[in-house]
Amino acid sequence: MRIAVVTFPGSNCDEDAVHVLRNVLGVAAFKVWHRDTQLPAGTEGVILPGGFSYGDALRSGALARFSPIMGAVRAHAEKGGPVLGICNGMQILVESGLLPGAMLQNSSRKFVCRWVGIQVETLHSPFTRFYQKGQILNVPVAHHEGCYYAPPELLAQLKAEDRIAFRYQAGDNPNGAADDIAGLLNPGRNVLGMMPHPERASEGLLGSEDGKALFVGMASAWAGRAA
Amino acid sequence: MSGVVDVKLARSHGLTESEYQHILDGLGRVPTLVELGILSVMWSEHCSYKSSRRHLKNLPTEAPWVLQGPGENAGVIDVGDGQAVAFKMESHNHPSFIEPYQGAATGVGGIMRDVFTMGARPIANLNSLRFGRLESPRMRFLLGGVVAGIGGYGNCMGVPTVGGEIAFDPSYDGNILVNAFTLGVLPSDRIFRSAAGAVGSPVVYVGSKTGRDGIHGATMASEEFGKESEEKRPRVQVGDPFTEKKLLEACLELMQEDVIVAIQDMGAAGLTSSSCEMASRGGKGIEIDVERVPRRETGMNAYEVMLSESQERMLMVVKDGTFERVRAIFEKWDLSVAVIGHITDTQRVVIKEAETVVADLPVGLIVDDAPSYDRPQQRPNLEARWTLPNLAPGGLGPRLLGLLARPTIASKRLVYEQYDSSVRAATIQGPGRADAAVVRLPDLNGAPSATQKKGVAMSADMNGRYCQLDPRRGALLGVLEAARNLACVGAEPKGLTDCLNFGNPEKPEVMWSFVECIHGLAEGCKALGVPVVSGNVSLYNETEGRAILPTPSVVMVGLIEDVTRTAPLGFADPGDRILLLGRLDRLGLGGSELVAMETAELLGRPAEPHLPEVLATHRAGIQLVRAGLVKSAHDVAEGGVLVALAESCVAGARRFGAEIDLPGQGELLARAFGEGASVIVISAAPERVAEVLAMAKGAGAEITEIGTVGGERLIWPGHLSVSVAELHDAWANGLGRALAAV
Amino acid sequence: MHARVLVTLKKGVLDPAGEAVAGSLRQLGFEEVRGARIGKVIEIDLGDVPQAEAEKRLREMGQKLLANTVIEDFEVVL
Repeated sequence: MRIAVVTFPGSNCDEDAVHVLRNVLGVAAFKVWHRDTQLPAGTEGVILPGGFSYGDALRSGALARFSPIMGAVRAHAEKGGPVLGICNGMQILVESGLLPGAMLQNSSRKFVCRWVGIQVETLHSPFTRFYQKGQILNVPVAHHEGCYYAPPELLAQLKAEDRIAFRYQAGDNPNGAADDIAGLLNPGRNVLGMMPHPERASEGLLGSEDGKALFVGMASAWAGRAA
Repeated sequence: MSGVVDVKLARSHGLTESEYQHILDGLGRVPTLVELGILSVMWSEHCSYKSSRRHLKNLPTEAPWVLQGPGENAGVIDVGDGQAVAFKMESHNHPSFIEPYQGAATGVGGIMRDVFTMGARPIANLNSLRFGRLESPRMRFLLGGVVAGIGGYGNCMGVPTVGGEIAFDPSYDGNILVNAFTLGVLPSDRIFRSAAGAVGSPVVYVGSKTGRDGIHGATMASEEFGKESEEKRPRVQVGDPFTEKKLLEACLELMQEDVIVAIQDMGAAGLTSSSCEMASRGGKGIEIDVERVPRRETGMNAYEVMLSESQERMLMVVKDGTFERVRAIFEKWDLSVAVIGHITDTQRVVIKEAETVVADLPVGLIVDDAPSYDRPQQRPNLEARWTLPNLAPGGLGPRLLGLLARPTIASKRLVYEQYDSSVRAATIQGPGRADAAVVRLPDLNGAPSATQKKGVAMSADMNGRYCQLDPRRGALLGVLEAARNLACVGAEPKGLTDCLNFGNPEKPEVMWSFVECIHGLAEGCKALGVPVVSGNVSLYNETEGRAILPTPSVVMVGLIEDVTRTAPLGFADPGDRILLLGRLDRLGLGGSELVAMETAELLGRPAEPHLPEVLATHRAGIQLVRAGLVKSAHDVAEGGVLVALAESCVAGARRFGAEIDLPGQGELLARAFGEGASVIVISAAPERVAEVLAMAKGAGAEITEIGTVGGERLIWPGHLSVSVAELHDAWANGLGRALAAV
Repeated sequence: MHARVLVTLKKGVLDPAGEAVAGSLRQLGFEEVRGARIGKVIEIDLGDVPQAEAEKRLREMGQKLLANTVIEDFEVVL
């Protein structure tokens, strides 16, 4: 499995994602510059990492969606290849329309960084298949615009189609997200956007290993079906 | 601004008459306006350290592992296996008081530039903050703005803010303190410095474009605040962390190649100080054409370009013939890059505007001949405050709850949750979890590593009240507390950076306390064998003639050989035994939080530290944590041992009660709430207690078993019984309530 | 030609910053304030473009980048 981690100007969790894949899981991972127009041959999965692409100008993720690499990311997703957006990566996925809805400023109006419990809501995706349904994962959040917004029809649809991947535990919603949504899937279930950081929760030494299975699931999902 | 340079204009630039006369004598002519601007900022307190220079020499700066001591952008120490860490702390007090968000943000940006200028990738930020009374809406606004600004910049940079300290005292009502610290990692054989290289080498400008930001900001930072400071608002710079993140990546990318000869951050006094310092450190001259400086605004003159404090800019000297490589990397990151001059052998700083020379100054006059003052000192009548008040006896429970709710002691979660503390996947002990922050070192390339065993620990400390009551002892106690905090996570102290915040040095009593504090810092560092490798001085922290408490903030950096062996501050399991390392009877109520709470006054003399005992306690703490024998370690600081015990009960991942019996026969309040050096609360599994006792005694430390973890209450039979819920509520919500109360 | 694009949050989308501003205004004695919504103004320097063409292009800019039409409305002011 080869996983491409896209570096946008202002990305700052790209190294962390590469680290978990390469050093913790032994998966081949490499950084791809946002101005490239193609994913390297053999790419099987793509991660849009956390950070502040383009300094969050206009809206988080609003400018990154127009980076040259995004055409190739979209094509990869359309072929069914796994794409994971973490934090700013989720914001980019939502801005680019690969995921529905929109991101708003946290209801506290403040940046929030803390550990939260998120509940696994569906096992039907490459990212969540190695968890138990209802399992609580201990992971950190760190964001200012993490309040997921969806109009009522869309929320109903996400529920009906079992596309909510993770929910914050009741009473532990750090940003006011609709329906406690912490992560959601596209209709093809191969694109996941999530605000919490599983890459910061993949080593016991750092406080939790709960994020590891997500990367293991992603890395083995599409093995051999390279882009 | 009038173009006629005379003594009046010099005074408006913050120069004294005798300093201006010194310029006239040195030059043999009247300086040009640009020259006056350059000399006034270079001779300002902020850049020249004219009141402090001679006293800073008393600090110990050497140790075999010091690779770079004071004098560069940051200090560097060797941590073994080819790695080194660079770190420094710097103040941004005055700008933060005027515009808290931008002031704090640019402070954080500036200190990170200082660190990556050395070739180091920043991996941890800390800060040391002081605010006045939260009853004032203005103070709440300042706190909110500073915290948001620190987060806004550090979070965007992807550098975790892993710790720090905040204290509140009325003396900071008119002058808050914002001291920012950054630590970075670099290969020990690839340190970048700022001394200019070979004659003819191109001088390259990189980063943001230059605008009219903060012109004369460096001078402002050295002036006492007066009523007119509101008018200085346009002088405050605006930070752009997105550009700095790109600048960081571009600089580190270029540093992989053999291109850079010298590099210097354009911080306070911008292009002026960076060019003068490069020339001075290299024993060379420099020639700059301001027409070639990339600009954001039109119509800027040479004076403005030289004095602009636009952020996120660097000056480099590169090897001849390498500029195209520099250009390629900086253009890739969408940053400005331009050759704006070259190094000369004239030992003069020459500034041109196209073909016109607008300044031509000897480097020696700017740097070596900068004024240095031996300002008069006067010892105040300290003894007048050394008598402790009579406090009503008893009442331990309400007093404990009152102390836990004090903003200085209460949980700072409301603050640190606004900082990204876990980016870079290396934070082992983040804010609020242990006595010192612990971060795993990255690999040699600065990337996170899963096999790296080593870590660094950092702790920011200083108690201004102690320093006001007894400056020398107070500063010493601050240094010892930092080392004690490191001991609690098993770290061996290796280096220290300081930020000396004081009032107006032209007042003899302020100057005396400044000098005494330096002696106290030196005494502590020498006792611990810890060198001071970098630092910063911030004077004139006064408003309307009222000075802040003397606050020589320090951050001590320690090394951990095995990051799987650290200790949190919270108790871990019921049934664990609680022990005290060190002697409780060495502590006292002088300058304590209890006295401040009950009398709203500064009274008493801080307890004297007994250095051999202190060192034995630290040694025992480090050994016990490293051996994995203790499950928690927490130092006794503000609020004394009961506060420390209460925090161990409620600040951990799970909450517990405890039953204890404090040793000694002394006055009850002093035993319960006394402060000073050298006591640490630890906990251990009952079956390991014998080993703990033996190891502590082997290290020469006093150790006493005082109780057991468990239950729903903190109980000292006959004296105290408070529920865990009450303790937690007071501690967890104290700061929030202080902010909400109007 | 100079143009302004005003971007505002759609009705019904929570605006915590706007609510905070409204609350502060009321505290300052502007009791009549029923609510406040915070938007963005983007000033655009277009060079020499005919008005009708400019308006059309600005709408495209609003749709494509300046506003997130899931949560925001925009208005072009020439």
